[in-house]
Amino acid sequence: MANSTSIDPIVTARKEPGILVQIARRKLALFGLFLVLLTVFAAVFAPWLTSFEPNEQMFDGLSIHGAPMPPGGAFLLGTDLLGRDLLTRILYGARTSLIIGVAANGLALLIGTIVGVTAGYFRGWIGSVLMRLTDLMMAFPALLLAICLAAIFQPSLWIVALVIAIVYWVQTARVLYAETASLAEREFIAAERTLGASHIRILVKHILPHLVPTIIVWGTLGISTTVLLEATLSFLGVGVQPPTPSWGNIIFENQTYFQAAPWLVFFPGLAIVTLALAFNLVGDALREILDPTQRGRD
Amino acid sequence: MSDGNIKRSGAKAPETSTESGPVLRLDHLNISVNTEDGLRPLVHDLSFDLHRGETLAIAGESGSGKSLTSLAIMGLLPPPAVRVTGGSIHFGEQELTTLGESALRQIRGNRIAMIFQEPMTSLNPVMKIGTQLAEAICAHESISFKDARARALAALKSVRLSEPEKRLNQFPHELSGGMRQRVMIAMALALKPDILIADEPTTALDVTVQREVLDLLRDLQREMGTALILITHDMGVVAEMADRVLVMKGGHFVEENDVVSLFSQPREAYTRDLLNAVPCLGDGLASASANKPNEDPYVAELENVVVRFNVRSGILGRVTHRVHAVENVSLNIRKGEIFSLVGESGCGKSTIAKAMVGLVKHSGRIRINGIDISPPYGTIDNQVRREIQMVFQDPMASLDPRMRVGELVREPLVIHGVGSVAEQKRRVEYLFERVGLSRDQIERYPHEFSGGQRQRICIARALALNPKLIIADESVSALDVTVQAKVLVLLKELVSDLGVSFLFISHDMAVVENISDRVAVMYLGQIVEMGSCQQIFGTPRHSYTRRLISAVPTADPTRERQTLARLVGDVPSPVRLISETVPHVTLENAGNGHMIAIE
Repeated sequence: MANSTSIDPIVTARKEPGILVQIARRKLALFGLFLVLLTVFAAVFAPWLTSFEPNEQMFDGLSIHGAPMPPGGAFLLGTDLLGRDLLTRILYGARTSLIIGVAANGLALLIGTIVGVTAGYFRGWIGSVLMRLTDLMMAFPALLLAICLAAIFQPSLWIVALVIAIVYWVQTARVLYAETASLAEREFIAAERTLGASHIRILVKHILPHLVPTIIVWGTLGISTTVLLEATLSFLGVGVQPPTPSWGNIIFENQTYFQAAPWLVFFPGLAIVTLALAFNLVGDALREILDPTQRGRD
Repeated sequence: MSDGNIKRSGAKAPETSTESGPVLRLDHLNISVNTEDGLRPLVHDLSFDLHRGETLAIAGESGSGKSLTSLAIMGLLPPPAVRVTGGSIHFGEQELTTLGESALRQIRGNRIAMIFQEPMTSLNPVMKIGTQLAEAICAHESISFKDARARALAALKSVRLSEPEKRLNQFPHELSGGMRQRVMIAMALALKPDILIADEPTTALDVTVQREVLDLLRDLQREMGTALILITHDMGVVAEMADRVLVMKGGHFVEENDVVSLFSQPREAYTRDLLNAVPCLGDGLASASANKPNEDPYVAELENVVVRFNVRSGILGRVTHRVHAVENVSLNIRKGEIFSLVGESGCGKSTIAKAMVGLVKHSGRIRINGIDISPPYGTIDNQVRREIQMVFQDPMASLDPRMRVGELVREPLVIHGVGSVAEQKRRVEYLFERVGLSRDQIERYPHEFSGGQRQRICIARALALNPKLIIADESVSALDVTVQAKVLVLLKELVSDLGVSFLFISHDMAVVENISDRVAVMYLGQIVEMGSCQQIFGTPRHSYTRRLISAVPTADPTRERQTLARLVGDVPSPVRLISETVPHVTLENAGNGHMIAIE
C-alpha cells in the first residue's frame, strides 16, 4: 500500500498572502484604514493633542458680542456658543463615537450571531420563533424604537450603546441565518454528526469558523452604521447627553446657528462622514478578501 | 504520434475508406490557462483525425484534458483565462481556431453538436421541451416555427421517446434523467450535424438507462453517418461504442489505436494500467474462493425497516403523497464481511445507511452490535456511534475544509474522549500509515490532497474508534478507476487485517462483484434478491437483477451483446398517494441463503 501514495498526485495549493498584505494592495482600503487609525489615535491621545479641556468655557472663546469665534488663531476650528474649543470637543467626541461603534456593534454582533446561528442550525420551531422575531424587529422603524428605548432609560453613553445594539443586531442575524442554514446541510456536518459530535461542538468547531469572515465583514461595516445611528440619536437629543461631547450632539447644540457659524456644524459633520466612509472602505475590502463568492465581481 | 499510425488505424475502420478526407483534423493543438505565473499548458500537442461515420472515443481520467479538447473544437473555452495557444483545428476546409464568434455560432449546433453529462442543467428549466427543440432548429434554418415544431416531433420520435406528442408540452423537470438525455440527443441530431461530441453522456445515468441511451446513440449515428466523438472515463463504454480510441493523460496524448487492438495489445504502460484497473463483471467470480459458511456474530441486524417521507402540498400544507424510500427491509451483516447494497438511484440504498447512523428516522428494528437503536425503546448513544462509522461519496464535501486533516482524523477520538492528546496523536499517525498516507501530510488541509487521498483520510477517520461496521456510501464512485482500484484493495485489507465489516453501497455492479461477500439488490425501496456474491452474479434469479447485470458495459470490444428490452412508459416511482398501499414483496429462500422475491 505504501507505494500507492506516490502515484496519487499531491495537489499543491498556492498560499494566499495575509489579510494585511492584501489590504495594503488596495489603495482605497489602505486610505480607509489610515483614517480609522487616525481617529483611534485622536481619541486615545486627545488630552495631549490639545491644550484645552473639552468642557472648559473660555472667556476669550467668545467675541465681545458673545458670538463664537471663527476658525483660525488660537482656536484652530473656532469655538462653540459657550466658548468651548471645537477641535478639543471633536477630538474627545471621537472617543464617544468609537466606544459606541465598538461596544454597540460588538453587542449587536453577539446577539445577531447567537440568534442567526441557532435559528439556522436547529431550524424547526426554534428557528421559526427566532426568525419571526427578527422579522418583527425589521418591520419596526429602527429610529422610532431607539427613541422609545432612549426615552424609557436614562440616556447615558452605555445606554445609548445598548439601544443601538438592540436595534442593529437584526441584519447580522438574517445574514448569518442564511449562511448557517446552507452550511448545516453540507455533508461534512452530516459526517460530524455520524461521528457523534454534540451540537455545541459542531456549532463551535465546524460552523463558526466558516462564519468568521462574514462576522468580521459585518462587524466592520456595522461600525459605520452604528456611528451614524449614535450621531442621529444624539442629534435628536436622546443620545449622549451634554456636556459629554459627541459628534452628533455637537451638531444638535449648534444647529440653530448654522447660518451665522457654519463651522460648528461642518466640522463635526465632516468627522462623522469621514469615519463612516473609512469603516465602509475597510469593510468592503475585507469582504472582497475574505468572501470568495464576491471575488471577481469588482 | 506519427502520421503512419493514424493512417493505419484509419484504414482499418471500414466506414472511413470510402470517404475522401477527414471531417475534422486536429493538428498539434495546445491549450493553456493563463495563471499568475504565466501560461500553464493543459493540453499538449494533440493531433487526431475524425472521419465520417466514425466513433472516436477520447478516454482518460479526470484532468486528462479530454473535455477541454471538446470545448476547444466547439470554440467554447472559458474566456479569457483558457485559450488555444498553438496548433489548428480543421473542420473540413475551415480553420476553427481563428474563426470569429458569429461564424462559430453558425457551425455550433448546426454542423457540430454537443451533448453534456448533466441533461438537467443543459436544458432550460422554464421552457417546454417542444419550444426548446423548435427554437434550436429555427436558430439555424429559415423555416417557420410550426414546421420546426413538426421537425422537433420527428426528432423526439427518432430518439424513441414514449408519447412524443405529450413530451413536447412538458417541462424538463417532468422527465426522468434518461428521457432528458434523449431530448438532448434529439436536439443535437435534429439538424443532422456532421460531428456530434458527447461529453460523458451517460455518466449521470443509471446503468440500465445508460444501456438504452448508448444503444440509441449508436443506432442513430449509423443511420445518419454522423461522426461521433465520445468523451468518457468508462472503458466499458469505450469498448462497446468506439471504432477508434485515443487515450489521454494529464493533457498529453498517450496512444491511439482501433478499439480491438487497443484492448488486446495496449502499447503504453498507462493504457495497460487503465485497462487493468477497470473492474469487470466476472473477475470477482473467478477470484472468489468457495464461500465457506460464516458463523461469525452479527454486527448489524435490520428487521422490517421502513423509512417514509411525507410530501406536503397545497395551501394548507397537508400530507398528500409519501415517498416510500425503504419498505420492509431485513438484512444481517456478519463480523468481517463486506455486504453490498446495490441498486439504481432512488432505490433507497443510501436511506438505509442514513437510518443506521441516525440521520433519518425509521420504524422497525435496527440492532448494531446487539444494541437496539430503534425508537421507541432505543436511541443511538455514543456507545453505538463508536461501533458504526460512515464514509461518504464525496470526500471533499465530507471533510471540513477549514481543518487540518490530522485534526479531522483525531476528531472522533476527541469527541469520545479516547486517550490523552499524545495517545490520540500517535493513533492518528498509525491510521495515516494504515491507509497508505505519510505522516508528514498530517498538518495539511483537505484541498491539498487528490480525490483518492481524501477518501483515504475519510477512511482513516472512520477507523479511528475501531468500529465494528463501516458504511461506505458510494465511496469509490467519484474516483478515477486506477485510484478506485487501489482504494478497493485497501478496503479488502482492512477487512482481513482488522476484522471490520463493511456495508458497501454502490450502483456499480462490477465494483460490487469484485469486493463483496454478500449482496442485496434493491428496487424501489425493497430487496428483490439477496445472497452470496456467487449466487447473485453467477445465478441471478430475479428479473431485475438479470436486467442490471446485463446492462453493465464490459471492457471487451469483441464481445457481442444482446440489446436490452426497453421499459415502456414512465419510470416507476417510490412516491405514492397517501391512500395507496405498497405491495410488499415476499422473499423466498432458494437454498444456501439465496433469497429471491417472488414475482
